[in-house]
Amino acid sequence: MATGKGLFGSSLARKYWMALTGLFLITFLIVHLAGNLQLFGEGEEVRDSFNLYSKFMTTFPVIKVVSYLLYASILLHAIDGIVLARQNAAARPSKYVKNNAAANSGWASRNMALLGIITLLFIIIHMKSFWYEMHFGNVPTYMIDGEEIKDLHSITVAAFEQLWYTLIYVISMAALGFHLWHGFQSAFQTMGWSHPQYNPIIKGVGKAFAVIVPLLFALIPIVIYLR
Amino acid sequence: MNLTLKVWRQDGPNDKGRMETFKVNDVSEHMSFLEMMDVLNEQIINDGGDPIAFDHDCREGICGMCSMYINGEAHGPGRGVTTCQLHMREFNDGDTIYIEPWRAKAFPVVKDLMVDRSAFDRVIQAGGYVSVNTSGNTQDANAIPIEKENADAAFDAATCIGCGACVATCKNSSAMLFVSAKVSQFSLLPQGEPEAADRVLKMVNQMDLEGFGNCTNTGACEVECPKGISLENIARMNREYLKASLTK
Amino acid sequence: MDLNSQIPEGPLAEKWTKHKNDIRLVNPANKRNIDVIVVGTGLAGSSAAASLAEMGYNVKAFCFQDSPRRAHSIAAQGGINAAKNYQNDGDSTFRLFYDTIKGGDYRSREANVYRLAEVSANIIDQCVAQGVPFARDYGGLLDNRSFGGVQVSRTFYAKGQTGQQLLLGAYSALSRQIAKGRVKMYNRHEMLDVVKVDGKARGIIARNLTTGEIERHGAHAVLLCTGGYGNVFFLSTNAMGSNVTAAWKAHRRGASMANPCFTQIHPTCIPVSGDYQSKLTLMSESLRNDGRIWVPKKKEDAEAIRAGKLKPTQLKEEDRDYYLERRYPAFGNLVPRDVASRAAKERCDAGFGVNQTGEAVYLDFSSAIMRYGREEANIQGDHNPSDAKVKKLGKEVVEKKYGNLFQMYEKITADNPYETPMMIYPAVHYTMGGLWVDYNLMTNVPGLFALGEANFSDHGANRLGASALMQGLADGYFVVPYTVGGYLADDIRTGAIDVNSSEFEAVEKEVKDRLQKLVDNNGSRSVDYFHKRLGRIMWEKCGMARNEKGLKEAIAEIRALREEFWKEVRVPGKLDGLNPELEKAGRVADFIELGELMCIDALDRNESCGGHFREEYQTEDGEAVRNDDDYRYVAAWEYSGNPSEPKLNKEELEFENVELKTRSYK
Repeated sequence: MATGKGLFGSSLARKYWMALTGLFLITFLIVHLAGNLQLFGEGEEVRDSFNLYSKFMTTFPVIKVVSYLLYASILLHAIDGIVLARQNAAARPSKYVKNNAAANSGWASRNMALLGIITLLFIIIHMKSFWYEMHFGNVPTYMIDGEEIKDLHSITVAAFEQLWYTLIYVISMAALGFHLWHGFQSAFQTMGWSHPQYNPIIKGVGKAFAVIVPLLFALIPIVIYLR
Repeated sequence: MNLTLKVWRQDGPNDKGRMETFKVNDVSEHMSFLEMMDVLNEQIINDGGDPIAFDHDCREGICGMCSMYINGEAHGPGRGVTTCQLHMREFNDGDTIYIEPWRAKAFPVVKDLMVDRSAFDRVIQAGGYVSVNTSGNTQDANAIPIEKENADAAFDAATCIGCGACVATCKNSSAMLFVSAKVSQFSLLPQGEPEAADRVLKMVNQMDLEGFGNCTNTGACEVECPKGISLENIARMNREYLKASLTK
Repeated sequence: MDLNSQIPEGPLAEKWTKHKNDIRLVNPANKRNIDVIVVGTGLAGSSAAASLAEMGYNVKAFCFQDSPRRAHSIAAQGGINAAKNYQNDGDSTFRLFYDTIKGGDYRSREANVYRLAEVSANIIDQCVAQGVPFARDYGGLLDNRSFGGVQVSRTFYAKGQTGQQLLLGAYSALSRQIAKGRVKMYNRHEMLDVVKVDGKARGIIARNLTTGEIERHGAHAVLLCTGGYGNVFFLSTNAMGSNVTAAWKAHRRGASMANPCFTQIHPTCIPVSGDYQSKLTLMSESLRNDGRIWVPKKKEDAEAIRAGKLKPTQLKEEDRDYYLERRYPAFGNLVPRDVASRAAKERCDAGFGVNQTGEAVYLDFSSAIMRYGREEANIQGDHNPSDAKVKKLGKEVVEKKYGNLFQMYEKITADNPYETPMMIYPAVHYTMGGLWVDYNLMTNVPGLFALGEANFSDHGANRLGASALMQGLADGYFVVPYTVGGYLADDIRTGAIDVNSSEFEAVEKEVKDRLQKLVDNNGSRSVDYFHKRLGRIMWEKCGMARNEKGLKEAIAEIRALREEFWKEVRVPGKLDGLNPELEKAGRVADFIELGELMCIDALDRNESCGGHFREEYQTEDGEAVRNDDDYRYVAAWEYSGNPSEPKLNKEELEFENVELKTRSYK
């Protein structure tokens, strides 16, 4: 073989990893959203079911394995993204004095790195608030059917009752939406999963996903805040 | 019409470069952009100055030599045209027009608006051919029928003129559209099949070595390409490279 | 001078095979010790460089563009002829040979043309094997179209970009050899002279256009594949950089220039719109299949149109003069290029031109649109369609056939040719004349070869459509690889050429002195000023129609222009470093000398043939009168040391296989 680079090192390989991790993170968003949708509800039943769900997600062995894959994906997606962005910046050392990029490309597609960094910062804040607290923090507990359960629900609700925290959420979800607006179909293009017959479907689903999923994520804190 | 031109001047690859302002008067709307540049250069020569260096040759949109970034777009505001096919009727009296060279690490400036695109030649040399001797003792041209759809798609990819507008336009200076057009042309034809895997690996490797950026799929290259080379080619190359990487 | 054409003995059809069998070979080990220089990377140059490198020679290839892929062959639109007879319409090698000889008005060499027809089929095989995407039909097989002047369908094509696809094929073959290190490619290098050692071409002097450095390159043979000299007219369909310098320098070093006055003026180009114009754009000959050419019948209508008071669409059918259909009822709008061009000039000279400059005629598709529209309506089962529907359907058909050309026209002129007739006018397109070569494509300077448009050999006084691509690739892929070997067989013991010899030194000094003179001149006029004036003289007096008086005037004017040029030209910038004005200045200086020779040649040829129309030699109704008794020769001009006093040597043309006839299209 000519290059010996195969699936590591070449520009295309780096893009494959971006696409694959991105698509994996997209599937995770669906699962995460499905759980969060419970927060639209109110009352003790909702609290109990949400907390049971949280316990399941943090303790069930299969989920645990998947979660490590998830952390790895986030890290790989972020690091690979930073490497790509640095290479891209180096590929044009001298910038245009006048550049009319809006004439030929979408804003989101040109700002994936920025949107990605906002999303990453959000993930860090988010994980500190909930994931870290759940695993290592002092989350109050109570008993359901003789079992000690961490009350993540009350922490969540308490968090979203703060305006600044809700605002961070809403802004971050907007960034995620734009990131997905381009990223979803871009991943398919990168993998070469392209066909004139199916491309419109991929694009349509991608854009719908990019609007609906972040919107629902953002509505939860808003609804709780306004409650 | 009367125009103000802001033109990039750079003495050589190591010069920092700067914008210079010129006035050109009585420009006819029927002129091509390069003819307007001819008028400007004539004016500069008559004033005892150093004329602006720019690449151009066929002036009918096929040689791929002209290469100006005009008002923030490769080959200017028109669609499906090279700079030599851009006419002054696209502009208005009193306009200020910015003219810059293609900017990319892989395309160093030779002088002013002229850049060195030999990186493209080296990518082709890495594998953009069918390894057949030129003896003429090949089989009859009609021995292998080729599905019309594939032959047409191969032709569409092969119409790339190698001007570099894709690289100039891409926010990452990526050469994916150029490279994928050549990879696609051969991967769609039975003649190119035996070397397909090797070809895509070698050409992508060379593309990376030349210092082009990575593809973000913004699609800007397709929009600005004077020949309308499709993004489908990039998807096809991604597919071909993946296949080759997994099997070679 | 000895003008031995080296045509092999034997029957026409067996000459090339016999010659290939007899020619001497160079064994592979020796090829590695032999260097060949190829100048120019168009179809002829790229294919020759790739083939010779593949055979084992060390090749150095030069082009003035930034990449070999940009040579002007890339702009050829229509197609490439080959006697494949895939359409089963009776085509054969002999028919292609015959059409080419007749189309050239019997001023080319039989043996060369036959060989061209013979190898044509292999070109298509070769190109398909290289992945050239020719047009195909729904069965997946290669498609053909017809071209002017022939009765069979033998033209292979790739939409309107056949030249591009063929050149990229040759460029890829060249790139493969560059990658292997068999070809050393010199981009942005311009050849400025040939170096002869002991009478043989042994190298060139070239200027690195980026650094301005003057370089010496030695080789055992030098191949000039440098294209035509249409830019002597300033305005032509050639690329801006196309020039005669390499061929002219070869001429000044002893190579004869043959039939320089044979110029092809293509009838369908977009007219000149103003003084600033830098080049002319061709509209493919295929348009004449469906477009009807006309001018107004009445002068006052033409004047009104020129003044913008009348639109062509307002003119009634009976007020239009379809002059080609009127003069040539048998061929109508499909007469050969030279005839169509002259007829347009005649009408415009008579005051019937239709654009502001008075130099344009209409090419009208309205009847084709209606005809196709009615056909299409019938196909759809509508036997009583409205006019609007017919027009709509017709436009769709026309768009399928010529869409890209119509679009190109609209981009340049901002007129919509579906609604209003196109305006066209003839423009310089191709030069049949060129360096004299023998059957081996070698000039009369040993070791100096000329290929493609740079030589004179195959097209006589007029080239048929789709034959230039054929010749370029035939010369490069299939002819020169054999014939160069025959010459180089003597050179296996020569060893590397010493570029430090006194011969190289002397030529290099001449080149440097001349460049120095140009930049030191400090005159008051730009290079383009002189080029435009030269073009004007050539176009008016040595263009579509020539006469003794005009040619004599032209010669005097060009001599004066040459003197003025060397006094008054201003070349800004320096010798070292990039200097496009200096490049242009050198080329224009050579064009001025060539222009004079073209007029001298045109004056010598007291007959009308092909693209060379002498007004004194025409019938009462304006048709060309050829003189086979006195002018059935190749005029090979020898440089005497003074550009104004070339020496004429004649190579008589023998026709053993075709009968000389008068071309008639009535």
